[in-house]
Amino acid sequence: MKTSSKAVSAVKQKKKGTGFHNTVVYVKQHWQLYLIFLLPALLLTLIFKYGPMGGVLIAFQDYNPIRGIFGSEWVGLEHFQRFMSSPDFLQYLGNTLKLSIYGLLWGFPIPILLAFLLNRIQSAGIKRKIQLVLYMPNFISVIVLCGIVRIFLSVTGPINLLLDSNINFMTMPGAFRTIYIVSSIWQTAGWASIMYTASLSNASQELKEAAVIDGANIFQQIKAVEWPAIKDMVVIQFILQAGNIMSIGFEKAYALQTDLNMDTSEIIATYVYKRGLLDGDYSFSTAVGLFNTVINVILLIVVNKIVAKMNEGQGL
Amino acid sequence: MKKKSRFARYSIQDKALLSCGYILLGLFVVAIVVPMIYIVVASFMDPVTLQNKGITFDFSKWTLTAYERVMSNAQIWVGFKNAVIYSVLFTVISVLVTLLAAYPMSQKNFRGRGFFNVLFMITMFFGGGMIPTYLLIYNLGLLDTMWAVILPGAFSVWNMIIARTYYQGIPGELREAAQVDGANELVYYFKILLPVCTPVIAVLALWQFVAMWNSYFDAMIYLNDASKQPLQLVLRSILIQNQPESGMISDMQSTAERAQLAELLKYATIIVSSLPLLVMYPFFQKYFDSGIMAGSVKG
Repeated sequence: MKTSSKAVSAVKQKKKGTGFHNTVVYVKQHWQLYLIFLLPALLLTLIFKYGPMGGVLIAFQDYNPIRGIFGSEWVGLEHFQRFMSSPDFLQYLGNTLKLSIYGLLWGFPIPILLAFLLNRIQSAGIKRKIQLVLYMPNFISVIVLCGIVRIFLSVTGPINLLLDSNINFMTMPGAFRTIYIVSSIWQTAGWASIMYTASLSNASQELKEAAVIDGANIFQQIKAVEWPAIKDMVVIQFILQAGNIMSIGFEKAYALQTDLNMDTSEIIATYVYKRGLLDGDYSFSTAVGLFNTVINVILLIVVNKIVAKMNEGQGL
Repeated sequence: MKKKSRFARYSIQDKALLSCGYILLGLFVVAIVVPMIYIVVASFMDPVTLQNKGITFDFSKWTLTAYERVMSNAQIWVGFKNAVIYSVLFTVISVLVTLLAAYPMSQKNFRGRGFFNVLFMITMFFGGGMIPTYLLIYNLGLLDTMWAVILPGAFSVWNMIIARTYYQGIPGELREAAQVDGANELVYYFKILLPVCTPVIAVLALWQFVAMWNSYFDAMIYLNDASKQPLQLVLRSILIQNQPESGMISDMQSTAERAQLAELLKYATIIVSSLPLLVMYPFFQKYFDSGIMAGSVKG
């Protein structure tokens, strides 16, 4: 084995073009890497990720479950046109965009602020206890969170008892986004701060001391020491979150929907579910879903480009 | 003394700024703790007091009615049992597949690395969507089986990247030493590499367990059989759809009484269902920083 691999590397040095033989030898030598380590993940990816990608073809068909994907009639972009010309289109698109953009604008800075504050707590014990509390809501499920929200905001709930009023918040279209975003911040801001606190604790302690001795005030310290330590993390997180604006989760929006707040709470994901799985309109809802995904990919690329430009060429 | 002197070194403006910051932090903590305490206390109230006055701290009036009714409900236990089975299986399969795949992907000279990387990365940003995935599960005959909720999400590219980055942080000498000793790839991986990766394994396992335990969408669309539904779906009918399991409140005479009791049961249900995770996660806290940082630095 050893001599053959030496011979191979000799060949490799002679003519660099023929990589195929090398590859065969390499794969034979390292078959375990392919068959034991990589294969399970590869199979799961091909079946459950690439399989459905082939299935998006039904967006261009009048899919009939009995005739299958090969027997159904092709209709081109008809479903896309139908969706985009319907009066609901702009509303659902707007609801999706507003919910996630407002959520990003309000929710993104808070974990960073929390991390800065946590980083300035001197006692490790107190810091740990506060973190324990801040992380706690992250371990509550979406259903329980939305259940809590519904109980607290119900007509007979504690908020109304406190205000001595009878407001049914869950039926107000105007309240939906606020409810959604505030409860998201409540649940996730603490947990999201982990990455920033960890980056901050990696910041050079000496630099920090030097800045303090030089008499730098807090803003100057943040600018010189702490911001550089978390900047990359902030950029990565921003690209990921901004790029995923259109893929805002189904689970929570659906669990906070009531018949009366649909004007703001119906987003593309919940619409796809209802049209596709509840009404059985497979092709149409696949087209809507595909539209959503494509916009999302475009957004991700655009955001990455913009951030890269602002960040001296450093994107994802 | 040292702590005090540190704060004393700040200028007056900085002290004011920091104080404001800490007040904000304190408010955030209060905003998390107060609703939780409220729910705990409310779960011990009797239905009528709860609706008219909210909670009281008059312990003589506390009852365990809500817990008795929730705990004696069969569907809750079925949900618990299913949630445990799905979450444990999902965690084991997912973490194993992810950790395995990350190993070749962590080696710079692994043939095909670039190709597989692209193949995996594409799935992070592009997918077939809800309906094609549903039709696939249907065509594979997985509908109404637990594999429909376990397998599709079992391999997580994001977690693979985290594990990969963690492997790359482990000194190469370890591997060279193992090779000198004649250990092959498998022995090195399971006997030497994995044992030093405990933090990242703990974090990934916790994430996957929590993700499965708390999700409801896949179960909602793939599992119709009541005996297969996980806890979150049972919770959904109680908390979101306002349809408590019939046995829980049917002995009440008037509609008003039933509504009051249903409201009370929600509190106890929240406590019973959330307690396992809330008790579990502090034990993982020591791994959070090291495990999470591992993958996120290089992204």
